[in-house]
Amino acid sequence: MKTFGFTISKGRQINCDELNNDKVEKLLELVPSYKWCIGCGGCTAACTAAAFSDYNIRRIHTAFYRAQYEGLDQKLQRCMLCGKCLLVCPRGVNTRSLIINMRRILANVPTNTFKQNNKEEKQ
Amino acid sequence: MEKRYWNEYQKEIADDHYFYERSCIRQTFFPGSEAAFLRILRDELGKDICDNPHQHTCTGIGYHSDVVPFETTMTVVARLFSLMTECGYENYVPSCVTSFGVFSEVLEKWEKEPQLMEKARQYLWEATKREFKTPKNIAHPSDVIFKFRFELKPKMKYQLVNRFTGKPLRVVEHIGCHYAKIFPEKGIGKAEFPYVLAGMIEAWGGEVIDYPERRHCCGFGFRQYLVQENRGYSIANTKKKFQSMEPYEPDFILTNCPGCSMFLDKWQYTIAEMEHKTYDKEGYGIPVLTYEELTGLLLGYDPWQLGLQLHQVQSEPLFNKIGIAYNPDEKYKGISGRLLPRPDRPECLRQE
Repeated sequence: MKTFGFTISKGRQINCDELNNDKVEKLLELVPSYKWCIGCGGCTAACTAAAFSDYNIRRIHTAFYRAQYEGLDQKLQRCMLCGKCLLVCPRGVNTRSLIINMRRILANVPTNTFKQNNKEEKQ
Repeated sequence: MEKRYWNEYQKEIADDHYFYERSCIRQTFFPGSEAAFLRILRDELGKDICDNPHQHTCTGIGYHSDVVPFETTMTVVARLFSLMTECGYENYVPSCVTSFGVFSEVLEKWEKEPQLMEKARQYLWEATKREFKTPKNIAHPSDVIFKFRFELKPKMKYQLVNRFTGKPLRVVEHIGCHYAKIFPEKGIGKAEFPYVLAGMIEAWGGEVIDYPERRHCCGFGFRQYLVQENRGYSIANTKKKFQSMEPYEPDFILTNCPGCSMFLDKWQYTIAEMEHKTYDKEGYGIPVLTYEELTGLLLGYDPWQLGLQLHQVQSEPLFNKIGIAYNPDEKYKGISGRLLPRPDRPECLRQE
């Protein structure tokens, strides 16, 4: 095959018909406030980890919602669970719970355990 | 009511006495197109058109690649206008869609900021001692062919009809972004319903395909292509268009912009080489024609004189569908009658 010095860039277009959003639905079930997000980026602006690394909650949140899970589990490990994002969110999204549950879902921890843990967290 | 609104989408196109400005890249990639346009206007329509040998670039490619500053572009455009003024013409017809966009932009700027025109006058005078008048009318050659499409129809030997099935040929039309997307009122049908090529196709018996990515860029985009690292974005655009048009099985693509003709044609080979994929059923690729080549073909001009052998995707399957007569032995014959060396045949794209 001939080499041209470049390749065809992969599109960022998302085909909703091909989207596997099982994980998104699971997350919505566990953290219903997930869908209140308006993408303002306040969480990212307040984030301590974001100031020192490429950790970006809004971007991770959007990527997860679009079922683009690649590399998210590693990025999520940078969160120190300080909860500043939770304090600044104008919509009251439970961002810390969101991050914890995203980690669990991506690590394939059984769903029952989540529910139990979430109940415990609420109590 | 419908008619009244459609009038707002028309533009004024001069009837006769045109000053023609050639394109920089079309001479290389589609060498027969401009000669065909002059022949159609002079021989078929009996119009007066001036083809001045002293013309030069409009700086369009350099300007849109951020290499040439706007002041330089204005002065170069002013020199082209001075050639037109010197020859006694007032209707400017630039062959290239990029040039058309550049002229429209410069004239718009001069209208809104007359001091810029005075500046251009001053620069031109200091550099060349030349003077100019602005054109009364600027039209793209595709506008001119569109205007006379019904006059040309009775002279045509062929129609856009598949001779085996008797059905109209299905055509994808692609209009250059700089034709109507920068200044919508400068294009027939504006940016919303560009009709310049669709009008030709419908008038000559074909059927226009309305596919999802019809108004998407061809992928040229100047700096996206000119920098090798960015070419991946350029070809991705073209691929997106081909993927979108593939299910409609177009017989050919018609364009009015040099960049679009080149990229829609040549990227088909590159995609085939990279991904072993062609967007027609038989593996020949989809032929890409300029509007002059199409008009010339239907008028019965020799396809090899129109330069169709120099396209990446070869057009013989299309000739067969329409019933256009051609001599395969003369495909690579030069003007002197001597056979030129045949180009390598790509393994990834079929050829007859």
